[in-house]
Amino acid sequence: MGSIKLSKVSKSFGDVEVIPPLDLEINDGEFVVFVGPSGCGKSTLLRLIAGLEDLTSGAIEIDGTDATNATPAKRGLAMVFQSYALYPHMSVRKNINFPLKMAGMDQAEADKRINAAAKVLNLTDYLDRRPGQLSGGQRQRVAIGRAIVREPSAFLFDEPLSNLDAALRVNMRLEICDLHKTLTTTMIYVTHDQVEAMTMADKIVVLHDGYIEQVGSPLELYERPVNKFVAGFIGSPKMNFVSGASAQKRNADSIGIRPEHLDVSAESGEWSGTVGVSEHLGSDTFLHVKLDDGSMINVRASGDLKVEYGEKIFLNPQEDRVHKFDAQGLSI
Amino acid sequence: MATQQSRSAARLMMAPAVILLLGWMLVPLTMTLWFSFRKYLPLRGGDLGWAGFDNYTRFIGSSSFWPSVQATLVIVGGVLIITVVLGIILALLLDQPMWGQGIVRILVIAPFFVMPTVSALVWKNMFMDPVNGLFAYVWKFFGAAPVEWLSQASMQSIIMIVSWQWLPFATLILLTAVQSLDSEQLEAAEMDGASFLSRFWYLILPHLARAITIVVLIQTIFLLSIFAEIFVTTGGAFGTKTLSYLIFQRVLESQNVGLGSAGGVYAIILANIVAIFLMRIVGKNLDA
Amino acid sequence: MARAVTNNRKALNTAIAWSIGLLIFFPILWTILTSFKTEAQAISNPPVFLFFDWTLENYAVVQERSNYMRFLWNSVFIAGGSTVLGLIIAVPAAWSMAFVPSKRTKDILLWMLSTKMLPAVGVLYPIYLLFIKLGLLDTRIGLTIVLMLINLPIIVWMLYTYFKEIPGEILEAARMDGASLSKEIIYVLTPMAIPGIASTLLLNFILAWNEAFWTLNLTAAKAAPLTAFIASYSSPEGLFYAKLSAASTMAIAPILIMGWFSQKQLVRGLTFGAVK
Repeated sequence: MGSIKLSKVSKSFGDVEVIPPLDLEINDGEFVVFVGPSGCGKSTLLRLIAGLEDLTSGAIEIDGTDATNATPAKRGLAMVFQSYALYPHMSVRKNINFPLKMAGMDQAEADKRINAAAKVLNLTDYLDRRPGQLSGGQRQRVAIGRAIVREPSAFLFDEPLSNLDAALRVNMRLEICDLHKTLTTTMIYVTHDQVEAMTMADKIVVLHDGYIEQVGSPLELYERPVNKFVAGFIGSPKMNFVSGASAQKRNADSIGIRPEHLDVSAESGEWSGTVGVSEHLGSDTFLHVKLDDGSMINVRASGDLKVEYGEKIFLNPQEDRVHKFDAQGLSI
Repeated sequence: MATQQSRSAARLMMAPAVILLLGWMLVPLTMTLWFSFRKYLPLRGGDLGWAGFDNYTRFIGSSSFWPSVQATLVIVGGVLIITVVLGIILALLLDQPMWGQGIVRILVIAPFFVMPTVSALVWKNMFMDPVNGLFAYVWKFFGAAPVEWLSQASMQSIIMIVSWQWLPFATLILLTAVQSLDSEQLEAAEMDGASFLSRFWYLILPHLARAITIVVLIQTIFLLSIFAEIFVTTGGAFGTKTLSYLIFQRVLESQNVGLGSAGGVYAIILANIVAIFLMRIVGKNLDA
Repeated sequence: MARAVTNNRKALNTAIAWSIGLLIFFPILWTILTSFKTEAQAISNPPVFLFFDWTLENYAVVQERSNYMRFLWNSVFIAGGSTVLGLIIAVPAAWSMAFVPSKRTKDILLWMLSTKMLPAVGVLYPIYLLFIKLGLLDTRIGLTIVLMLINLPIIVWMLYTYFKEIPGEILEAARMDGASLSKEIIYVLTPMAIPGIASTLLLNFILAWNEAFWTLNLTAAKAAPLTAFIASYSSPEGLFYAKLSAASTMAIAPILIMGWFSQKQLVRGLTFGAVK
């Protein structure tokens, strides 16, 4: 079991309120991702759940029991840190054994669990090494191993992949997803990378300045962002925002259109402009187009489109994919 | 980054150190202040009542006060100049590529580990003794009359002994600072055609400024209270009576505690003026 | 600044640096050499450098005549005791300040430092008087406490700078793994901090061993450590250079060796982390 419920949870450091009162429910077995730009309070929120920080006000329930004032040790949660936070003076085996030793588990049972975890995480050959002798990816696995042997009611991940190189990050992302499917334990995952959020989450919580902007599945956020912030934050490349005549025509203060929802034409279209840099990825081509009014628009076109630097082109938004926003930035 | 629980544990664990140091500071300090306003002669009648600011004016008014201030300044200033200048030269030298760098480093810092009484006695007897000292022999070898170092050139002698003790400290800190200098910066300057002197003046010296300040401040605090070196060599004679030594004599030798305590208050104020500057630098570093 | 240089340049550097190094080290070398001479050779004219009759006689005489072992034991007791006592008090304090910093942490650290800057002579009489009243004068315990107190700020500072380098996340990981505060300190913090604690111990042992104000003023015959023992040679009779050298060599040798091991930490310890 691993359901977590936050009610009116807030956190202030001195006079600075980093998290205004917020409510959030996380269901058992869910993979929830907290995403937002740096300084949005997502790590603080995770640490509040972990018990590494005190709440300023509000309550936290884990599995239906109040855990607001419980110490981290008592909450039955396991955490994987950004820096992995392995104990440098202990072997991999001892690292993984540490939470079991703290729990006073029988050593035979502990060894069984360590070996099982090592097998799952491909660490069997490294059990006697020190963390200093391992690569970044291996350290990451040890940190995960240390978390899973406890069989916690939920896993907390604090930007666990940000110290890995790009290729390894994709691999570990898959491994963590895989782990979630096999363990079916609740996972809360903090990241600033919206791609990670989109690919991994069952439920994404978008945070901005401590406020929850929107909670929903990846596709919900992509298709129906509640405001400009979420619209701009989710999706890559970023959504284009246009105001002025085109927006007024659609009875909006501004409109947003994703790069992949623009059709390119050589003859006619709603907007015209000149092609700046174009990035050919093979499968897609990203065009940076300078509109006649001077604003920049990103277009995601198919890989076989051939355009030259400085060429004049026309753009047409796919009407049903246009997002309309009012003066407050809320979706209409 | 902490919870209420760990904060209260932290306060509890800090308490012994804070309480001990608070006691160590406040109790003697209060007593010194108290005595400084009393006429207090333990061997000649004990506590003879209030003296007002009498001790303070008498301490300053005594014929040995200004000479002691002068002696203190000369010793502190002399040692500072010698150790900082030689320290910079040595640090730059030790930073150069050479064979046996580690051993030279060890040789250079060794004097710092010699206890003050040993270095004072060794210098006094085996080097500066006018009859059997090594210096006397060297002087005679060149046909000069041996110098009675500790009486004829007492200040120079003490400055030399103390400089020898503190040069390693200055060198070591300045060497650490030199080594943290970005070598690409120096190489860029070399590419730009800067001579060694201009590289030293425009790059190395500004980089060392902080370390030099720290060396000066820390040494000043220690040098203001040098004791064993004078106690063992001249016993305060021949113009080497520093402020600290004068206070020591007033308190323990002539047992005029009131007078000595007033002197002590002066010394504390003096040390605190230096300390404030040091704390500023250290404090700034804490924020970084 | 290490760059490719010609061997000629390197040879020149080496020659200059070694000459200066030996010059600075010479008084110590000379003391060690003299300790193996006879008294007559010690003051012979011209001085003999290496070619004399090496003898251990001085060491034997010093030990026999002056009860050297008692002074040595006092030094070990006082320096060791004050360092260990200081560590026991400082480790929890430094832990608190490094890992649970508050707005006042910086002020407390600086204040601790300021107590170190109190000129000893300013509080000499009060301490002297308190020692008489408490029966601590000329006792090892009394001196141990005083040296512990004067070095406590340095111990706290050094430990603080070492602890600061241990990532807080590791301690939080331990907390998440179910470790209580005491287990966190025993199983995680202390093993990780061992190198820092060891160098703090070393440096403070050296400072306490060489301390020469309180050791001279608060002891007489009974609790005097080596600093005071050596000072007693300042008004000697007869030929004594070789014996002075032998006594000095014994007093500084252990510390020289320790000092060489701790030279890297020396900078950090004595500048309160301001120069690294």
